[in-house]
Amino acid sequence: MFVARSIAADHRDLIHDVSFDFHGRRMATCSSDQSVKVWDKSENGDWHCTASWKTHSGSVWRVTWAHPEFGQVLASCSFDRTAAVWEEIVGESNDKLRGQSHWVKRTTLVDSRTSVTDVKFAPKHMGLMLATCSADGVVRIYEAPDVMNLSQWSLQHEISCKLSCSCISWNPSSSRAHSPMIAVGSDDNSPNILAKVQIYEYNENTRKYAKAEALMTVTDPVHDIAFAPNLGRSFHILAVATKDVRIFTLKPLRKELTSSGGLTKFEIHIVAQFDNHNSQVWRVSWNITGTVLASSGDDGCVRLWK
Amino acid sequence: MDEPDTEPPLVVVPGADSSSRQLCFAWGPAEVLVCETLFGRAGGSRSRCLSRSPCPFRFWGKGRAGAAARALTDSVAGTEDGAPTSSRVFVVRRDQDIYIQTLRKLFNESHGIFMGLQRSEEELAGKSRKAQLVQVSKNYRSVIRACMEDMHQAAVSTRDPALQAQYSTQVSILSAMELIWNLCEILFVEAATAGPLLLRLLDWVRLHVCDVDSMVREVLSSESPSKHKLFWNVVDIFVLQGRMDEARHLLSKEASANPTSVNMYKILDDLMKKMPVPSLSNTQTLTELELKWQHWHEECQRYLQDGTFASNPHMESICKILLGDEDAILEKKELMTTWYHFLVTRLLYSHPTVKPMELRFYAQSSMDLFLGGESSPEPLDLILMAAFEFEMHQVIKECSIVLSNWWFVAHLTDLLDHCKLLQSHNLYFGSNMREFLLLEYASGLFSHHSLWQLGVDYFDHCPEYGRVYLELHIERIPLSTEQKALKVLRICEQRQMHEQVRSICKIMAMKALRNNRLGSALSWSIRAKDAAFATLISDRFLKDYCERGCFSDLDLIDNLGPSMLLSDRLTFLGKYREFHRLYGEKRFPEAARLLLTLMTAHIAPCSFWMTLLTDALPLLEQKEVIFSAEQTYELMRCLEDLTAGNSDKQKFQDDDIETTKVEMLRLALARNLARVIIKEGTVEGS
Repeated sequence: MFVARSIAADHRDLIHDVSFDFHGRRMATCSSDQSVKVWDKSENGDWHCTASWKTHSGSVWRVTWAHPEFGQVLASCSFDRTAAVWEEIVGESNDKLRGQSHWVKRTTLVDSRTSVTDVKFAPKHMGLMLATCSADGVVRIYEAPDVMNLSQWSLQHEISCKLSCSCISWNPSSSRAHSPMIAVGSDDNSPNILAKVQIYEYNENTRKYAKAEALMTVTDPVHDIAFAPNLGRSFHILAVATKDVRIFTLKPLRKELTSSGGLTKFEIHIVAQFDNHNSQVWRVSWNITGTVLASSGDDGCVRLWK
Repeated sequence: MDEPDTEPPLVVVPGADSSSRQLCFAWGPAEVLVCETLFGRAGGSRSRCLSRSPCPFRFWGKGRAGAAARALTDSVAGTEDGAPTSSRVFVVRRDQDIYIQTLRKLFNESHGIFMGLQRSEEELAGKSRKAQLVQVSKNYRSVIRACMEDMHQAAVSTRDPALQAQYSTQVSILSAMELIWNLCEILFVEAATAGPLLLRLLDWVRLHVCDVDSMVREVLSSESPSKHKLFWNVVDIFVLQGRMDEARHLLSKEASANPTSVNMYKILDDLMKKMPVPSLSNTQTLTELELKWQHWHEECQRYLQDGTFASNPHMESICKILLGDEDAILEKKELMTTWYHFLVTRLLYSHPTVKPMELRFYAQSSMDLFLGGESSPEPLDLILMAAFEFEMHQVIKECSIVLSNWWFVAHLTDLLDHCKLLQSHNLYFGSNMREFLLLEYASGLFSHHSLWQLGVDYFDHCPEYGRVYLELHIERIPLSTEQKALKVLRICEQRQMHEQVRSICKIMAMKALRNNRLGSALSWSIRAKDAAFATLISDRFLKDYCERGCFSDLDLIDNLGPSMLLSDRLTFLGKYREFHRLYGEKRFPEAARLLLTLMTAHIAPCSFWMTLLTDALPLLEQKEVIFSAEQTYELMRCLEDLTAGNSDKQKFQDDDIETTKVEMLRLALARNLARVIIKEGTVEGS
């Protein structure tokens, strides 16, 4: 039913993240060997490594692609307390023949004082924007106002989550009816009953991100979090990887007419909870239509949920 | 239908493995990447050595799709002394049938039939509509059969045993699909009523139970069939399948070879000839048929009880079969090979006027009797049973689980929906069954580099979610060539998917710009109506011009037309090029006018004025006076504006060159002014 091929990645240490680009023809891997590798898929379906370079001075935790509208751009984040943005430079012709390409660092984001645990680009309709989260509990949102100049990024927002953060997810909904929204998960291990998933929403009036909701029912460390693509639904769907797989719906309640610029209140329901992994769940990810969720856990399984 | 089904099977991904490793993965449009890792690591320390134990990783799935895979990943970390390690990434893909070459025809042709059905006239009502739908069903089936034939040819002609096995499997799957479809056609689409129902079922059995065909051929082609040891088997087969004429023909051979049994033969032959069967034409009503049949049945009974056939056990057993004796029929199990054959034979000889709704009872008991508790029903049996029970939803559900792709259920459900047979069974994720299956099928097509175009049409006919699914999928199609991008664009434009058009054009423009193909980038950004990007590219063009003194991509700039107005800079670029053209064609006055306008109307950016003024020099130096007095004053004013504003701000790289230029300009302007004053002051003719 499934066929698998293996690719020798040649990283010298554990691979922490793999990421497909928007069209599924390129992928990036990052590793504890401090490097990132970029792979291209040829016409006949084989994968070739077209770039491999040292990116940080510590383990690279995550790597992610920007939307191709901005060109070939990657972001990586690392234990060395930085996140970096990389752009592919079209190489010399003999490089092209050898199938190699070059990536240059456009900027380093050094504001964090602790390991940066996740980096994600915002939905493309928000421009070239990305968010990072760190173990010191701060989520930072950066923007590059000039899309053609990737070396200029400014720190637009700093959100203090009070708990060590492990993962973030932007709400991909591009409807103008929804303000930008970002979910933050925490893997804080200390014995408390604080909500480990927080939702922040951009407030047009104050021009700041403010906490809209906290999922009080999630009190175990959260390892991954993902909003589902929105197919025109009025509500949002969020998947959480914690000690099990949980799926929440967030239904915006009608804003009061008086506070038209105020925060949306949400009606939160848990629509599914799967403990089939029988262990910690580490990653969750949606397919492009948001109809299938994949999760992986400590039992060494990746599961698909429909 | 809403509860989760049975656990899907685990699939192992070949590769090494390791114990208690975690997997990190990424979804792609068509594949999933899986690699092993260890989450929750504190830092970038060197990893420890791991053993390779044989416990496989599991990539497990659950849900409607019944999809599951077991992924094995291998990451053997290095030791402290830096020994090389190997880390592997696994690319896991659904083994989709869209990748099988021979099925391509199935997808393409069924797409044609599907589209025809969607567009067909709904106004036709009653019988003609039904006939039309039956024809569509038959078309689908002939496509399946054609594909089976191709697959069979491929299986026969290949030398590779693995491929051969694969093809053979495909052939049997297609054959099962056709079997199910045919039954659904009889029961649901045509909705055969009592009488014709039996005839259709007989045809169905004759067409699909082919295990005995070779035996039949062997006996018929032998020199003396009646001496063949399998002779009676073949006669029995004919009788079991209701092929009376053929049975009688064979029996006549036996009779001529065995004169002693002539009497017996004559009687049996007569019985077989007289057997009342339903007819397709309305020459008799069901009641008439039943009466006739009753009489005939009784006649057979009498002959049997009289011991007419006692001396010939073969003929006696045939008579018993004619009487619908279950045990006698069951004795011929191996000849019937399937329980549904048994069912139809039973019906033929015990209840030829069976009504559709009565089928379920006969079906269940037939299956039980036939299998006799020795073997349990296979998925195919359950599907057929569900059909006999008229549980359409059950049929679709079982097929979805068993078959590896959505092709079959999507098309069949669509057809049944057109027959208005499916109640709008609203699935809780919003769309109905037909749409759900079509969406799944079409989504699957999109991961293929050319079949995605078929998927577009399917999405078009999903009223609720089709459009949004199409929007999401079409964005992800890799735009490997310009032609492909244009194809995708055309599809988006036809459907007014403006955001997708803009996005695709922007992506192509970006790609072109990175590869320094400015002309291509410009035309894409014009198509995207992206003013900002167009400005950027125009600036690049102008910069190139300043550096190299000539334009690239002249054709494009010359033919900008109204799209020039997209951005000011672009307009300037177009007009500037026009100026050069006019100059080249020696249409100097027009060129001069244009040049002036570019500056006075502020179309030109300030940074470019120096260049423009320098371009004016040759015009000023011409033998003939080109610029009028007024125009010359304007030029002077522009020059003064430029130098005044620039005195402290702009730091010229080479002060000398710039000041020289300015001086030359001043001189040329002054000279021109002098000449033009004289010229204009002179009265014509004097």
